[in-house]
Amino acid sequence: MMKIDFSGLEQNASLRGNPNELLSGLSTAPEFQIPNTNDFDGFQKESIQMVKPAKGTTTLAFIFKEGVMVAADSRASMGGYISSQSVKKIIEINPHMLGTMAGGAADCQFWHRNLGIKCRLHELANKRRISVTGASKLLANILYSYRGMGLSVGTMIAGWDEKGPGLYYVDSEGGRLKGTRFSVGSGSPYAYGVLDSGYHYDMSVEEAAELARRAIYHATFRDGASGGVVSVYHVGPNGWKKLSGDDVGELHYTYYPVEPTTIEQEMAEVSVS
Amino acid sequence: MTKEHANWSPYDNNGGTCVAIAGADYCVVAADTRMSSGYNILTRDYSKITQLADKCAMASSGFQADVRALQKHLEARHLIYQHQHNKQMSTPAMAQLLSNTLYYKRFFPYYAFNVLGGLDGEGKGCVFTYDAVGSYERVGYSSQGSGSTLIMPFLDNQLKSPSPLLLPAKDAVTPLSESEALDLVKTCFASATERDIYTGDKLEIVVLNAKGTRREYMELRKD
Repeated sequence: MMKIDFSGLEQNASLRGNPNELLSGLSTAPEFQIPNTNDFDGFQKESIQMVKPAKGTTTLAFIFKEGVMVAADSRASMGGYISSQSVKKIIEINPHMLGTMAGGAADCQFWHRNLGIKCRLHELANKRRISVTGASKLLANILYSYRGMGLSVGTMIAGWDEKGPGLYYVDSEGGRLKGTRFSVGSGSPYAYGVLDSGYHYDMSVEEAAELARRAIYHATFRDGASGGVVSVYHVGPNGWKKLSGDDVGELHYTYYPVEPTTIEQEMAEVSVS
Repeated sequence: MTKEHANWSPYDNNGGTCVAIAGADYCVVAADTRMSSGYNILTRDYSKITQLADKCAMASSGFQADVRALQKHLEARHLIYQHQHNKQMSTPAMAQLLSNTLYYKRFFPYYAFNVLGGLDGEGKGCVFTYDAVGSYERVGYSSQGSGSTLIMPFLDNQLKSPSPLLLPAKDAVTPLSESEALDLVKTCFASATERDIYTGDKLEIVVLNAKGTRREYMELRKD
């Protein structure tokens, strides 16, 4: 019999008994209903097909001298259909920590919001801000307990705590990796190419932002599932700040401006004479 | 021994299309009234729109039994909220409630594709669009359902505004007037009805503005 770890949803005990199903969601967290089938995996596979969560993305984050740079595109696709070009893939967990979204949009949104709540509770209980290590561990443990149930989350937790800048990669398989450079999503191979070749630890904030922007732009150029707007955020000792949001279509022409060709000029001369 | 899989599915798709458009001081939420199952039309007169609060309406296409259960759940939660807080829920709050309600059935989803429309705290129009498991986004306009792939490109062409992710952040609401937006919605559905078999019969439009809520109907092709 499967036991599901609901510690991710636990809050303080209710003040008075609430046997009512509707009210039970108010003082304690509502529970996840499970379908009553023999073939749970098959059901989940089918319902995922039916529901088809939005995925396909490019996100990246890296640590450098001045902190952490985080960037992402904004396209959400359902199969071949672009369901949105303006998805917020960089999630503001709290003023000092950011999370990125890749995989199932609802999974990432919900669990990042839940992580923000737990980080706040940690602050209230311990009178100090939670570390990036701690926050990523909280998320990783929750995702591990739902392992095999079909959640699709590929996220990076970036923040600045007492130990300095911190960056962790956490996924729905239960993986958690500490590192200095990550890119997640269908466009990540393209982003890695640009990011790895241009990276120096001693970059300035502007250089790092431009590198992140270019890496995402090139991924959107080659990957059909990535596109929209490149958002770039910087996490410094005083928290995160959004540096830019640029439409990828317009960015193309700033990197590769159109020049008039000589043939066109010749034609113009002929028609005048 | 090959395993026999169930022929019975708890879900069905009743078709239909929903659209919502946000304006500077109004919001339009519209849906057709056809309910189908496969090639059969079950009824021509089924409302997919429900008014959740004074300034908030939701339109949902997909499996109407799940939609009805979802509407009842939200209406009940709103009533509890009113008892506890002595005021109506704001549209952004209702939007998050809907998202959480959908996600709590993550492993047995509501087969409902929703658009939520209403007026925010400042009286500006806002539209929230959802997937079936609760991921949501505030947008200036949206469509969901069987005709959405036909309607969305048209709305993008007519209404597309600068992305809210650009810096500095720009407003997502359309500069159109209320009557222009209504005409646009009617045009959308007339076109979608031509090319989508699950959309048609009648169009129900709910308009929310500072004066209150009103409903309008328009006949669509019944074939």
